[in-house]
Amino acid sequence: MTAQEVRLCGLLLQEHFGEVVEKMGTELLRSGALNLRALAHQTSTPLDLVKKSLCVLVQHGMCVFGPGRRGPGGPVEYTANCERILYMLRYPRYIYTAKSLYGDTGELVIEEILQRGQMTMSCTVRTVADRLTHSMEDGQSMEYSEVITAFTRLVETHFLQRCPPVDSMGTAGKASSGSSDASAVPQPARPETHPDCYLIPQVHLTGRGKRRRSNEDGEAEEINAKKPRLENEVCGDEGIFWQVNFERFHLHFRHQSIISAVASKLDPTSSEIVRTMLRLSEVTTPANTAHTQALSANEIFRALPVSYNISRPILDQYLTLLVDDPMEFVSKTGDSGGGMYVVNLHRALANLARVTLESVVQERFGSRSARIFRLLLRKRHLEQKQVEDFAMIPAKEAKDMLYTLLSQNLVQLQEIPKTPDFAPSRTFYLYTVNQLPTARLLLHNCYKAVGNLIERRLFETKENRRLLEKSQRIEAILASLQGGGADAAQLSDVEEMITAPERQQLEALRHHINKLDSSENQVDETIFLLESYINSTQSSH
Amino acid sequence: YAGRGRGRGQLSFSIEAVGIGKGENLPPSTVQPTQLFPPLEHKPVPLQTSEEAEYMLALKQEFRGAMKTLPFYIRPAAPKKDVERYSDKYQSTEPSDNTIEWTPENPVIPKESKKPRVNKEEIIRKLETLEKKEEEVSSDEEEGEKKKTEEEEAEGEEEYDEEEFEEETDYIMSYFDNGEEFGADSDDNMDEAIY
Repeated sequence: MTAQEVRLCGLLLQEHFGEVVEKMGTELLRSGALNLRALAHQTSTPLDLVKKSLCVLVQHGMCVFGPGRRGPGGPVEYTANCERILYMLRYPRYIYTAKSLYGDTGELVIEEILQRGQMTMSCTVRTVADRLTHSMEDGQSMEYSEVITAFTRLVETHFLQRCPPVDSMGTAGKASSGSSDASAVPQPARPETHPDCYLIPQVHLTGRGKRRRSNEDGEAEEINAKKPRLENEVCGDEGIFWQVNFERFHLHFRHQSIISAVASKLDPTSSEIVRTMLRLSEVTTPANTAHTQALSANEIFRALPVSYNISRPILDQYLTLLVDDPMEFVSKTGDSGGGMYVVNLHRALANLARVTLESVVQERFGSRSARIFRLLLRKRHLEQKQVEDFAMIPAKEAKDMLYTLLSQNLVQLQEIPKTPDFAPSRTFYLYTVNQLPTARLLLHNCYKAVGNLIERRLFETKENRRLLEKSQRIEAILASLQGGGADAAQLSDVEEMITAPERQQLEALRHHINKLDSSENQVDETIFLLESYINSTQSSH
Repeated sequence: YAGRGRGRGQLSFSIEAVGIGKGENLPPSTVQPTQLFPPLEHKPVPLQTSEEAEYMLALKQEFRGAMKTLPFYIRPAAPKKDVERYSDKYQSTEPSDNTIEWTPENPVIPKESKKPRVNKEEIIRKLETLEKKEEEVSSDEEEGEKKKTEEEEAEGEEEYDEEEFEEETDYIMSYFDNGEEFGADSDDNMDEAIY
């Protein structure tokens, strides 16, 4: 965990949970595991605030607890999960994906569960139904059963999973010396190990979403609408909480990247074939394997979507094309069943990471520097002179570019001595690029970049706080006037309370903030790609 | 400069090997840190403006807004005012604790109340037994030491005895450990004052 990651985690925690939770989270990230009192002491925070913060973090899966250093009899220790905190950057992408797969209903289900960390199915269904009803026309409302359907689909495809059960600490005293498993402290296990991980509970849940009653007191209604409905009726799924299965979304993102890479390198039909292959092996391929299980051409042919009406020989031709492509998306591993094929997941990710690195070099240093970079990636080790020749760049400029890349750590210099004394005149100096450490370097830069983006946005907001508050007050006045039936003259009077230059300033501010927010989303795409490549490399070696 | 010590002005590597030709002008050396916002040689590519990007932007901003209204957003306690001000009547204070609305449905964090007390009792018991043991040992040795010191030195010795048994001043206790080293040290440190 680098300093930049900790900084970014802190900023994300602050945005979503406030500065108290941020302080606790950052302290845990920096110190490793801490017990309650140590955390309170180190952050000079009252105990009740520390407890509340920990509750929030644990509720959202960003902190786990377990037996401490002194074993089961000692105080519980809390550990923050840096990776999970960083997922907050990707929340819009998770929500948007749910929308594209399961419509508005799916979108809201995921959004609600992300906002609350974990929810029961009944609670989610009611809240989502209410939200959808609110956006529908008067007189219409959303059936609970429709929401249940979307929820069930999300669970069946593993995008949602049950939270791992945590035993209550209530009656636990000292750990019994007999069994090693009996610890007084509850240990949340990995969710997938639980046999009912994807089991929908039997619920009695019928009804429709309720429309928010229009009231003079608009504000109070607002707060009530945000709270999940705590109905008195018991539904039958108390204590069964659901959380988003991030790894499943990540698998989907990786597959999407590969499919679109095939589409842009080859053609839509090839990408559909790859999509089919990935879909067939989704549930059987574990997370970070180098390639999917082998599929026969017969299987692929049968599983192709009906709209793609290609004949069997044509499919074989496409498969051959995919196998022969230098990107090596697909490989042939056998001849039975009409030919056995696998998708090379790791190689695809490595290629995607490589073009990302090349693109970064090109955009920052120009296309000729990018040419040198690509050359070194392919040829591994080259001397100064060889670089100049292969890249067809004059010596002086090539040197300049190489030194710039060297100073940015994108290129390394390696010494190969001809004689044991490392005498400079008898030593080869070779330039080299190593993809994995370079990817790590760029990933680190990405974390730093997002941190900078957030800080800038907070700065812009702070600088213009007075104006923003004024604007919000005027909006509120306008809204209440309109609700009360004011005439156009009154409304325009209020509107004029903001001067034209102020309006311009607000417009510019909105534009800047949108740009900064959007940039965060787009840097996260690069972060995901590089992280996927690095994880895939690490697990295959 | 590399190659120090082997004759001034000589380098341990040949300049040609790293590609700097004879008599070539090297770029000027850097004498200050790089600028905070250096001018960009290559302008960055503009952001994507697809419908997807726009929608995700809206999702992001709405999510951020929503989180601020939920009970998970913990605000620190309002700072204590120095003097009660007239305007306080007309200012609405921010809700200092909106977590009241939310009670964690899961037993989210384990109960901690019993733990420290249990530990304290254990620790106190342990300390007491240790102290008793110490006193037994040191009182035995004390008798042996007393005879020695009476023979060798007279001054300050009674002061020392009292101080060793003064349990409030832990510093003294640990300084002399169990009194084992007292006899051994006194031979070497005749010049030093005895505390």
